Amino acid sequence: MSRALLLSLLLGAAPLAASAETVIITNAKIETAGPAGEIASGVVVIKDGKIAAIGANLATPAGARVIDAHGQVLSPGIVAASTSLGVEEVEGVASTHDEAAGPEIGAAFDIAYGVNPASTLIPIAREAGVTRAVVTPVPGRGGGDRDEEIDIAAQTAGGPEHKSPGASLFEGQAAVIRTASGDTDPVLKSRIGMVVDFGETGARTAGSRGAEITLLKAAFDNVRRYQKNRAVFDKGAEIPSHLSREDLEALIPVVEGRTPLLVRVHRAADIRLILRLAREEKLKLILEGCEEGWMVASDLAAAGVPVLIDTEADLPDSFETLGSRLDNAARLQAAGVLVAIEGSRDFNNVRQARFNAGTAVANGLSYQAALAAVTINPAKIWGFGDRTGSIEVGKDADLVLWSGDPFETSTYPVAVFVAGQQQPQDARILKLRDRYAKPSPDGYPREYH
Amino acid sequence: MRTPWVLVAAMALGLSACATGDLAQNKPDKSTTASAAPAPAHEQKPLPPGLDPTVDRDPFPSTYHPLPSHPTAIVGANILTATGAEIDGGVVVMVDGKIATVGPAGTPVPAGAEVIDGKGRWVTPGVIDGHSHLGVYPSPSVPSLSDGNEATDPNTAYVWAEHSVWPADPGFDRARAGGVTSLQILPGSANLFGGRSVFLKNVPSITAQGMKFPGAPYGLKMACGENPKRVYGSKGRTPSTEMGNVAGYRRAWIDAADYTRRWDDYHAKVAKGEKADPPKRDLTLDTLMGVLKGEIRIQNHCYRAYEMATMIDISHEFGFHIAAFHHTSEGYKIAPLLAKEGICMLTWADWAGFKMESLDGIEANAALAHRAGACVIIHSDDPIITQHLNQEAGIAMGAGNRIGLNITPAEAIAWITLNPAKAAGVADKTGSLEPGKMADVVLWSANPFSIYAKADKVFVDGALTYDRRDPRFQPRSDFELGQPGEGAFQ
Repeated sequence: MSRALLLSLLLGAAPLAASAETVIITNAKIETAGPAGEIASGVVVIKDGKIAAIGANLATPAGARVIDAHGQVLSPGIVAASTSLGVEEVEGVASTHDEAAGPEIGAAFDIAYGVNPASTLIPIAREAGVTRAVVTPVPGRGGGDRDEEIDIAAQTAGGPEHKSPGASLFEGQAAVIRTASGDTDPVLKSRIGMVVDFGETGARTAGSRGAEITLLKAAFDNVRRYQKNRAVFDKGAEIPSHLSREDLEALIPVVEGRTPLLVRVHRAADIRLILRLAREEKLKLILEGCEEGWMVASDLAAAGVPVLIDTEADLPDSFETLGSRLDNAARLQAAGVLVAIEGSRDFNNVRQARFNAGTAVANGLSYQAALAAVTINPAKIWGFGDRTGSIEVGKDADLVLWSGDPFETSTYPVAVFVAGQQQPQDARILKLRDRYAKPSPDGYPREYH
Repeated sequence: MRTPWVLVAAMALGLSACATGDLAQNKPDKSTTASAAPAPAHEQKPLPPGLDPTVDRDPFPSTYHPLPSHPTAIVGANILTATGAEIDGGVVVMVDGKIATVGPAGTPVPAGAEVIDGKGRWVTPGVIDGHSHLGVYPSPSVPSLSDGNEATDPNTAYVWAEHSVWPADPGFDRARAGGVTSLQILPGSANLFGGRSVFLKNVPSITAQGMKFPGAPYGLKMACGENPKRVYGSKGRTPSTEMGNVAGYRRAWIDAADYTRRWDDYHAKVAKGEKADPPKRDLTLDTLMGVLKGEIRIQNHCYRAYEMATMIDISHEFGFHIAAFHHTSEGYKIAPLLAKEGICMLTWADWAGFKMESLDGIEANAALAHRAGACVIIHSDDPIITQHLNQEAGIAMGAGNRIGLNITPAEAIAWITLNPAKAAGVADKTGSLEPGKMADVVLWSANPFSIYAKADKVFVDGALTYDRRDPRFQPRSDFELGQPGEGAFQ
């Protein structure tokens, strides 16, 4: 396969056919998550898949379909910051897992290849208002979790896979997908970030935290040496490295600071350690987890490092999360850290993201900051904030019209637009619901209806 | 306190010598009482209490005492009683650890009672988590504290969850801040019969006995489906299939019936003064016998409709009642059957799809089943969700109202209060705001089903056990002292 073709496969996900439909949404309470802030009652025009106009009162373009929002909330689509969407269908069925590199590969693992556009979880994500999702690799899921199901799985064959001891410290590369219905290639961009687990998870592979830091530094050093002299490597001469050529190649944009390194890290001391590593190695960082981030908030702010956090995490569920607090998001935001709020990774439950934003508000984060934390912030953090994440003219029309406050338990999406196309609300769970919400009309089993 | 040996004779004579109050299972059963019949012809030495399962059915009795309290009234809040009523701006009075009065604005407050201004806030019964592993799978989650599954035999009805409960689990403190006043702690689901559950008051305690809810019956954890067959099938043992699971249940109930008959025969002979050899006591069969006698309640992990229907048939075959199915992702498919059988169903709002047996879980599960007349409960099975059961119930209610089921907060509050109390057999004591019941009460900052709602004050037996604004009422577990964060989580 030619390099050009490969690149086009990797990066050139064909954009959705631009929607010919022009839509005007009137009488909406618009939460822009952008510079315009909240517009108490306004209008948004969608044309050619983009947001064409925003205003208090705009004329209806010729031929436009009019949606009267009746005062309901229009928000940007939610950007799920770190998920297994499309690469894990059923957690308890290992054959549906494509989110881990396996024993033979590390940094070079590109999660985008495994994204399944037919995943039933993609329509479910849309039902939670998710229009884009970042898909990030994880280590083979292992034991040590409190969850009873995982405890059982760990005891049995066919349960979560463990990474082999010789495996790479690098989990592989993330991708961003769009949740449009019928999109045969939902990957918008692959290789948007490199993923490393630090702390207890990383230490399980490396042996200890100290070993992991040393191995990471050695890896980056080897990448730089390889980059300077590929020919030496090609001749089989010495670049002492446990990384394959593919791994070394994949790490070049990381050591150049062009591609962010996502590090999953939890305790305060480890966060400081990773900040130092990034300073020394000149890496661009994104941190995920960061339960004790509030303890080092000023360090994070000074370094300009963004974080992806779960705002429900308040348990000392490991020795590296002893300081977990419900107001972690509020404290980090107050210190000037760019915060993205995640849904629950358990069971691929990206549905939780909007509720977690509400939980952050209940624990001190401002409403506007929470909205940004599930829309424009993750888009910025992952490098596509110029395309989506807020309601601004010229951006992709990734929009959700909600029945109420998007963070509230009783709220559901009334209409979801991805790149200007209104999406069907046809998730499998809604079809099941509708099948059983009424008795069979003719005595035949519901399977006939 | 263990029942003293000398007391056993008194109990056998039917005297009211029960030191631990109204524990139903502590009372001698009829056959034992019958042994008090006059002038036995054959003087039989009574068995030591540890060898007769009917004598001391409460060997690890509750030592729970309510925390200190004083008469307290919450005035002006919106009250959800969990009996179907919503009282706007009403009054709840707690005296001597009990609900004294619940009424509309203007209801008199006793002189000397502390008055809490509830204006703009909401009052509900304390949240009850009907499915928790706090203490048995505590935080931190490390192997040396993971004691929830005795996954060494498909039938471990002989283990009791209370013996694995680590009372210092910081999860109890987090759950209390989420309004949880009682919880059912269950063994895991690795086994067909996982062991006895224990029902706890959510108060800080050095011992599990100090948390045990006085008078609560025991539960027996059973498990359908994937977990038992996977755990034992992977070890090359039975069960390795669903049909193996069912055979395993039936064989056990046959043994239990035989054991029950042997003890009944023994007690009947003793009562008649005939010579009798006591059966050998068996801790597994003790628990199953307790179920057959209606003293221990079946709490059955079971996701799918067809499995639940089979379990119901087994209950008819052997003559016992299933108190509740847990997880029940497919409860909505057979809700009328559950309603007819009087079996509660515990489920999540939106956790589903994580394994084949939960694949058909839908957000409207609880709402559809509720409308079909089933006793519906929102549970956690998780130390995070247990802190948000009010919001989980809100999600489940919202999913129903999205399709026009018109479920009100006054109805849905029962999903996390009165109904879990029913499933655990304590609805006569707690779970609703009714005079005479335990004053297990939560004052919420907002409508409890809102994502923004926080528990402002949590009362257990009328005593303030948590106050969001007062650090004096924010207990921190021994484990968290001196650790980063010092146990402060909000």
